[in-house]
Formats: sequence, C-alpha cells, structure tokens
Amino acid sequence: MKPAPRIAVIALAIVIVPLAARSSGQASHTAVDHPATEPAVAALPTFTPPPDSAIPDDPFGALVRKGRDIFTDTTRHAQPYVGNGLNCQNCHLDAGRRANSAPMWAAYVRYPRYRAKDDKVNSFADRLRGCFQYSMNGKAPAEDSEVIRALTAYSYWLASGAPTGKDLAGWGYPKEGFKPPLPPSYARGQKVYASHCALCHGTNGEGQQVAGKFVFPPLWGPESFNWGAGMGNIDNAAAFIKANMPFSRGGTLTDQDAWDAAMFMNAHERPQDPRFKDSIAATRKRHHDSKWSLYGIEINGHLLGTGTPPRDQ
Amino acid sequence: MHTRNRLLIFGASLVLCAAASGATTPDAAHIVAAGNGHGAPPCASCHGADGGGQAAAGFPLLAHHDTAYLRRQLDSFADGSRANTTMAPIAKSLTAAERQALATYYARMPLPAATQRPAADSNTDRARGEQLATRGMWDQQVPGCVQCHGPHGVGVGTNFPPLAGQSAVYIANQLRDWRSGTRKNEPLGLMQHVASALSDADIQAVSAWFAAQPAGDQGGKP
Ligand code: HEC
Ligand code: HEC
Repeated sequence: MKPAPRIAVIALAIVIVPLAARSSGQASHTAVDHPATEPAVAALPTFTPPPDSAIPDDPFGALVRKGRDIFTDTTRHAQPYVGNGLNCQNCHLDAGRRANSAPMWAAYVRYPRYRAKDDKVNSFADRLRGCFQYSMNGKAPAEDSEVIRALTAYSYWLASGAPTGKDLAGWGYPKEGFKPPLPPSYARGQKVYASHCALCHGTNGEGQQVAGKFVFPPLWGPESFNWGAGMGNIDNAAAFIKANMPFSRGGTLTDQDAWDAAMFMNAHERPQDPRFKDSIAATRKRHHDSKWSLYGIEINGHLLGTGTPPRDQ
Repeated sequence: MHTRNRLLIFGASLVLCAAASGATTPDAAHIVAAGNGHGAPPCASCHGADGGGQAAAGFPLLAHHDTAYLRRQLDSFADGSRANTTMAPIAKSLTAAERQALATYYARMPLPAATQRPAADSNTDRARGEQLATRGMWDQQVPGCVQCHGPHGVGVGTNFPPLAGQSAVYIANQLRDWRSGTRKNEPLGLMQHVASALSDADIQAVSAWFAAQPAGDQGGKP
C-alpha cells in the first residue's frame, strides 16, 4: 500500500476537527439508534440463547432453521434481496449469537422502538428490512415474506425466555463510554489495517473468495455495505472492530487502533446511499450530518459518496 | 574492431546472464528427487514423488499449496519460529534461492488424485469434529475452522493453508505444537489462541474431520 500523501492527511485532520466540534452534543441523525449520551447502566440482565440442538422438530422449528440458514448464508438463501457479497453473520457473529456483535436475541426484545434514521417507530420486521437495503445493499423483502418471517422466527427463538422491553447485556456493539483517545487518523489507521486486517480482508479491502463466494468479506468497494449502512459510521465500526476484530482476537486492539482502523475503512468508496437525492452535499446534510460519517467529505483528493459502479453480473 | 568489441560484450553478458539465472533459480526438481548436495536429503523421500506426503507418518501434503506460505514455512523452520527437529537442519541447509525455488515447484504441482477423494473418516466423535470445524467454540472466541480455511478446509490465499487433503496425524501434530508453543510462526497469534482452547479430544475429532474432506482448489483474491 502506498503511504497516504502527507497533505491529504493534514487536510483531513482539519476537516474532521471542525466537524467534530459542530456536531458533538447533537443527537445522531444517522444510522446510530442510540445517542452516546445514554446514562451508564451498571448491570443489564444477562442472557444465554438456547443451543441449536433445542430447535424443535415441528413446522415452527423448520422456519427457525430456515431463518438461521438465511442469516448465515444470505447471499444463497435470500439472493433476490442481496446486492453485495455479504451475509448477516459477517457483522453479527456466530449466527447472530455473539454478545457485543449486535446479537439477534438481544435485538428481538428491543422492538418496536423509535429510530431517528427514518423518524418512525420501527417494528422488528422494519429493522430487518432496513438491513437488506443498507448493509446488504439490496432490496427490502415484503413484510409478510418468507424471508422476514423466517428471520423473525429465528430471532424470536434465540430470545426464548429473555425478558422483553429491556436492553440485555451484550446488545448492539459496545459504544457505552467508548471514545477515541485522539481524533481518529487515516494515516494511523492505514498502518493498523496493514498489520492487523489486510491478511484476511485483502490489501484493498476487497476480501477473499473461494469458488466465487467470500470467505473474508469485503470492507469497502462495490461488494460491501452501502453508504446508508450503520457500519459506515465510524463510531459503530470502531465499536464492532474493538469487540470482534481481528476475527477470533476481539478485544486485543487498543481503543485508538480500533478507531483509527474504522476511520481508514470508512474513508473508502462504497455503493451509493439509496436515499441519495439531488447532490452529495444535500444527501450529507439530510442523512449524514454527523461527525462520524465521512460521506460528502474529501479524502486524498476523492469526494466520498460518489458511489461505486453497478456490479457486473 | 568495433563489431568485434560488440560481440565480445554480447558474449560476456550472455555468460553473466546464465550465471545469474543459475544463482536465482536452482533446480528444484533435482533437489526434490536427489537433495541439494549440501545437507538437504531428497524432499520426495518423505513428502512423496507426487508431493502428497505420508499420512501415517504425519509428513504433510505440499502439492498445490500457496508459494508464499511454503516459503515462509521453510524460513520459519530455519529461524526456529516453527521448531521441528526434522525440518530445521534441512531448511538451514537450503539457500534462500533454493527455498524459493522449492516453494514455487510445489505450488505448481497438481493435487495428487488420492487427496481429492475423501479419506475414510476415522473419527470417534464426528459430530464434535464437525461442530468445531463449521461452527467453532465461540464461548472461547474460537470460530469454525472453515471461516478462515475456506469451505471444508480447501485453504484461502497466502495465510490460510488447506486442511482438506492433510492427514489427521499431521493436523493434530500442528495443533499440539501451537498449544505447546513450539510452533509460533503464524500472523497475530491466531492459531496459538485457537489451539490453546482445544482439548486432546477436540484435536482428535477436528483433525479426523478435516482428514476426511477432499482437497480442492484454494481461494484467494476475488
Ligand atoms: C455490514 C455489516 C452488517 C450486515 C451485513 C448486517 N448488519 Fe445488522 N446491523 C449492523 C449494524 C452496524 C447495526 C447497528 C448496531 C448498533 O447500533 O449497535 C445492526 C443492527 C441490526 C439489528 C438491530 C440490533 C439491535 O439491537 O437493535 C438487527 C435486527 C439486524 N442488524 C439484523 C441484520 C440482518 C437480518 C442482516 C442480514 C440480512 C444484517 N443485520 C446484516 C451491521 C450489519
Ligand atoms: C483472521 C482474519 C481476519 C482478520 C485479521 C480481520 N478480520 Fe474482519 N472479518 C473476518 C471474518 C471472517 C469476518 C466475517 C465474520 C463472520 O462471518 O463470522 C470479518 C468481518 C469484518 C467486518 C464486518 C463485515 C464487513 O465486510 O464489513 C468488518 C467491518 C471487519 N471484519 C473489519 C476488520 C478490521 C478493521 C480488521 C483489522 C483490525 C479485521 N477485520 C481483521 C476476518 C478477519
């Protein structure tokens, strides 16, 4: 990898600082559901989902299994709704079971809830549909479709016996009190990426495949999540990376390294935000007015938010 | 006179070229079959003429592996980060150019037919082996092996070697070496972490599971 031109890095620091000053304190208006100002909660209830072997052998169990298969191999089992190379499990580890990677058992009991992203009360199905549009860069399956019913059944089953209407320990990505010691840096992030990420995700974030299927998912570019996805926000990405990356070694990066790697990852081009309207600047103002989104910001002479060309199928 | 000088220079550079290529590309096929004449025995005597290894003795399959991966292993045997009494003296006797030539030679070798058929599953606990291979043990942050080594362990790129096609003996030996710390040449300590979470029974089960998978074409960059 070429080292980033010095000037670009300095320019970036100049851009980020005023942005940070401007939007700190205001409730996030992007994919982040929960403002960072949430009071520190001492002890959330803990919960362990049932083992797969407990899935019942009846029509309900069949739908649960189908949901699990869609979740772990989305590109195969929900292909018409997927527009990139990702699977749900890539960002929700261990088939949506792993605490601190936004597990489905904790998600299920948090809905319906209000989300600023679309300014309405979302049902669990709405939330699932959103993931298809943004994280999967695809099309939202109909609310009463088999795909949504199966994913809902799987999540409901994972949450068997969990208290509802409460955040459970391990929900979401752990953002509580998680702040960058220094403002995230592209140059430092590039180094972290080269030493801790590239061996799996590729030198250019392109991932690695076997027989046309990704083993290591792409982090940017046409086969990755689009600009509207929650992972595109540096704070979400940093929290995910800190807890879960390098894969199998989650928790080993310093906070600073996690923030810098997130910044570097999200300073690259990816598919356009499906909510794009009029111009990049207008779309930034409407949907990305946050210090943690690089959409509409120029990095290394490139205006982020230009999008990637359509996939060649 | 002029032309004669030209010819002389031409002739001299031909000789230089030959010498240079002699130094950078040793005859790998010859080393494999007959040794390098300064310490390395013929590779084929343990790894087989077809590069398929010897299952019962735990000598690994090398054919069709990634070039850079093979090169790093030879370097690791030599520098002790992969401590191995058999391979250390051999690797040390190979020049850098010989290591590179051998890595390239084995990478170009086709997969032996025998490794492309699943071996009989000697597993005493097949369900456990499959569970570890495909789903892992996340309460100890151990992913399913195939999440890095590719579908049924065919291998991915330069960092994640094939497991399919290797023998249970070889795979189990490696896992035990990582667990005890005699092998520590992998990036980010990935395998030392994984192996330290595995019991002896886990190692047996998962090694047997992979030994029963057919070898196939490795993945890499899209
Ligand atoms: C590129 C990464 C990525 C992919 C792929 C992805 N998600 Fe998500 N998902 C996220 C992020 C980021 C969040 C927000 C986490 C947070 O707010 O802490 C999220 C949140 C969720 C939530 C709500 C969690 C909660 O606790 O409120 C659900 C449900 C969900 N995703 C389901 C899915 C499903 C189903 C798929 C596949 C169709 C999927 N996701 C694919 C990144 C991803
Ligand atoms: C050992 C290999 C490995 C390393 C090293 C690694 N990852 Fe990953 N990463 C994975 C795998 C595998 C997944 C998908 C997880 C799954 O499906 O269970 C993943 C998923 C992700 C995702 C969510 C999916 C996507 O494509 O957006 C992000 C973001 C990510 N990694 C970032 C990083 C960053 C940043 C680093 C370096 C700090 C890193 N990873 C290091 C293997 C790795």
